Amino acid sequence: MAKCPECDAEVTVGGDAVKGEIVPCPDCGAELEVTETKPLALALAPEAEEDWGE
Amino acid sequence: MNSPTVGVLLSRVRVEEKLLLEELESRHVPTKVLDDRELILELEQKPDIGVDVVLERCIQHSRALYALWVFGIWGIPTVNTFEVADICGNKLLTTMRLIRDGVPSPRTRVAFTPESALVAAEELGYPVVMKPLVGSWGRLISKVNDREAAEAVLEHKDVLGTYMHSIYYVQEYVPKPGRDIRAFVVGDETIAAIYRYSDHWITNTARGGKATKCVVTPELNDVCVRAARAVGGGVVAIDVLEGAEGLLVNEVNYTMEFRNSIDTTGVNIPAKVIDFVLATAAR
Repeated sequence: MAKCPECDAEVTVGGDAVKGEIVPCPDCGAELEVTETKPLALALAPEAEEDWGE
Repeated sequence: MNSPTVGVLLSRVRVEEKLLLEELESRHVPTKVLDDRELILELEQKPDIGVDVVLERCIQHSRALYALWVFGIWGIPTVNTFEVADICGNKLLTTMRLIRDGVPSPRTRVAFTPESALVAAEELGYPVVMKPLVGSWGRLISKVNDREAAEAVLEHKDVLGTYMHSIYYVQEYVPKPGRDIRAFVVGDETIAAIYRYSDHWITNTARGGKATKCVVTPELNDVCVRAARAVGGGVVAIDVLEGAEGLLVNEVNYTMEFRNSIDTTGVNIPAKVIDFVLATAAR
């Protein structure tokens, strides 16, 4: 479990979460990036840039 | 034969990357994640990065493009190749390849000034679609219904800041029956396709379009495989419009998103992609 950096809610992720995975905060909906799994650490995912996409 | 080590170049682990990594793990394929935010490419010499093939899954076109270029020079096979990324990442280059190879696509004009772009729009006849050459997820794509709207969009483009918005790509608007087709090509086969339904004229599922299964007819397979070959081949997703005269290829995407298409089509898309990556390594 870790705190959402946006709204301070407690966020849990699945046991199969990997570093770099994107998860939504269940409270505020912010996109969070798993920066560490043990222990769990979360950061706000980067905002989309102009050349993002397929 | 020992399994090759697969490098997965990525920016973030979205649903697609996770499915691909899980597929590799289920087959016990040695895998190395290459985070493009941490990557340092020593250009003077090919470093031993410990991979036999690279599957590119960057979210940023520019990073994908330059990393693929360097890997290619180093002789590391990649899926997709630099050529495919370069062509698919630019709508003008894609359209010219489709035209070169006789793949049907909407009529398109390119102009370099707002004034000439306005003339191009008038010649095509309204409505037209104006698109940035680089970009995806339907961003900044404008359906322009008349001259006044064209003037407004062109004025806005002129002040958007990057020079790429001053290369004017103007395309005929193809009326859709409330849907378009997204087809997935791996190598020489269209492995699956979906219809993307939306009340909005932009049907991208990233913009809320709903997906249902689309049967891959011989006609659809033919046009999609030819489109894939036109851009260099590999693993690509083709956006197809159902025009009055037949199918038209609208876009070709080289780092395809498929999360909404596995359950819809019943096709294990990540498995097909990994099959292709391993075959590429073995060549």
